[in-house]
Amino acid sequence: MTLDDMVGRHGSWLEAGTNEGPVISSRIRLARNIEEYSFSDWASEDDKLLIWERASSVFESMEDSFICWGMGETSSLDKEILFERHLISQELAIKEKGCGVFVSPNECLSIMINEEDHIRIQSLQPGLNLKAAWLAADQMDDQLESELTYAFSPKLGYLTSCPSNVGTGMRASVMLHLPGLVLMEEMDPIINGISKIGLAVRGMWGEGTEAAGNMFQISNQITLGRREDEIIDHLEQIVLELIEHENNARIRLMNDRALVIEDHVARAFGVLSNARMVTSSEALNLLSTLRLGLDLDMINQFSRKEIDTLFIAIQPAHLQKLENKDLKPEERDIVRAEMLRNFMDHATENDGSD
Amino acid sequence: MKCESCQKEEATIHLTQVIDGTVKKLNLCQVCAQKNGIDLNSPISITDVLLGLGAQMQSTSPSATEFDLSCSRCQMTRTEFKKRARLGCPECYNAFMGELSSLTKAMHHSGQHMGKIPARQGNKTRITAQIAALQKELKASIIKEQYEVAANLRDKIKALKESVQSLENGESNDT
Ligand SMILES: [Zn+2]
Ligand SMILES: [Zn+2]
Repeated sequence: MTLDDMVGRHGSWLEAGTNEGPVISSRIRLARNIEEYSFSDWASEDDKLLIWERASSVFESMEDSFICWGMGETSSLDKEILFERHLISQELAIKEKGCGVFVSPNECLSIMINEEDHIRIQSLQPGLNLKAAWLAADQMDDQLESELTYAFSPKLGYLTSCPSNVGTGMRASVMLHLPGLVLMEEMDPIINGISKIGLAVRGMWGEGTEAAGNMFQISNQITLGRREDEIIDHLEQIVLELIEHENNARIRLMNDRALVIEDHVARAFGVLSNARMVTSSEALNLLSTLRLGLDLDMINQFSRKEIDTLFIAIQPAHLQKLENKDLKPEERDIVRAEMLRNFMDHATENDGSD
Repeated sequence: MKCESCQKEEATIHLTQVIDGTVKKLNLCQVCAQKNGIDLNSPISITDVLLGLGAQMQSTSPSATEFDLSCSRCQMTRTEFKKRARLGCPECYNAFMGELSSLTKAMHHSGQHMGKIPARQGNKTRITAQIAALQKELKASIIKEQYEVAANLRDKIKALKESVQSLENGESNDT
C-alpha cells in the first residue's frame, strides 16, 4: 500500500458508528524508551540509527505487515499527508534519518520511532471506544517489549523524555464535535472546568492547534499514580457528560433558535454547493455545520462518515496529492471548492432515495 | 485578588509552578500573564508553565549556574534540562531526583507508579507495585472506618513484604 492508495480512502478509525453523535474517534498513545540509549533528541545520530534498526527488525518479525516511512527518505508532501491523517506528529515530520513511522494497513495503529520518545505507540478507534484502543496498544506494547528492554522504574513507571509523561506513559484522548456548546457559548467555562480536573482540551490536530470546525480533543494530563483503566474510565465518564451537555445544548438551540440553525445549515449547504474558492478553515466550519444539520435530521443526503472523511480530504497535502502537483494556497482554494461542489452534486442526486 | 506582578489589575490567571524544587502559586492578570509568555488562546501543557516560567526566573538569578548539577551517564546539566523541559536519558531521573520528585508531584499529585509493569521487570517490581496498590486501599479503608478490611489488607501487605525480603536474599530469582 502507498500513500496514493491511502489519500483516496479514509482510515478505518474514521468509520464512525451510527449512534455516535458528537464523538469522532478515540485514541491511546503510549510513550516508551529503550533502557540503554539516551532519549531521542539527546541521543547521538549513531544511536538513533541503532534504535531505528532495532525497531525495524521487531516489525519485520511480526505477522502483520506494517507500512514503514523513514523521515529521511519521505518527501515533505508525504510527511504532511501522514500528519493530516493523524498518523505522525508535527514534531516527527520535521525529523530526518533514524526517525520514522510504522503504520498498520487499516491505519488504526501507528508507531513513531525517535519522536520525543524512542517509541510512541498510537492506537485509534472510531467512536467512543477507548478500551478497544487500549487493548490494541497494550498488545503492540507487549510485542515490542518482548524484544526490547524498556527504561522503567518501579517508582516512576515508564521513564519518558518529558516528566509530564512518566508513569503509564499513556495519553488517552477522545475527539469530539461540539457545535451546540460553541453556538451556546458554553465552551469556555467547560474548557476551564475540564482543566481543573486534570484533563486537557486541544484542537483537532493536537497540541497548539485551534479548534477548527468545532472539533475538540479531550485528554488526560495525569499519567502517574493511576492505573491505565482508571485513567480511561475517568476520561470516558467526563466525555459521556460532555456528550450529554452537547445534546442538551442542541435541544435548547432547537427550542429557542430552530430557524437560525436551519438557516445556518441551509447557508452552509448553499456555499458548499456553489462557492468557487474555499479556504480550509472555512471548509471545516461549513462541514461542521453540515454535520450538525445531519445530527439534527435537517438534512439526510449524506452520511456522517462521508463528512468526517472530507474533514481530512480537504486538507492542503491531500488536495495536492490528489491533483498530483504543488498548488499555491489560492489554487488549493479553487481545487477544494471544486471537490466540495462535486461532493454536494453527487449527494443531492441521492436526495430522497432513503 | 490583585495581580502579583503589577499589583493593579484583578488576577484572573492562577498558575502552579516549581521554583528551586518548591511549589508556588502565581496569580496574574491577563496582561502580565501574556508578558510572561503564557499564550492564553492555546491550552498550555502543565510542563510548559512549570518549566518555562521556572527557567525564565532562574536565568535572571546569577547564582543559578554556580552549582550546575549534571547527569553522570548523558552529561545533561540541570540548566539544560530546565531550558529544554526534557531529560537526556533514563539515568537523569536519578541525577535530578530532587526537583523531579516535586515536579512530578505537582503535575500528577502522586509519586508512585500504579500502572502496567513490563514483563521483563521480574517478580520484585511486581510485588512492590502490588504492595503500593494495597497500601492505597488500606488508607482508603481506614478513612471509611472499615477496620476489618484494613486488618485483612495489613496481613496481605505483611506477607508480600516478607516475600520481597526472601527475593532479596536469593537475588537469583529476580532475573
Ligand atoms: Zn498584572
Ligand atoms: Zn542523563
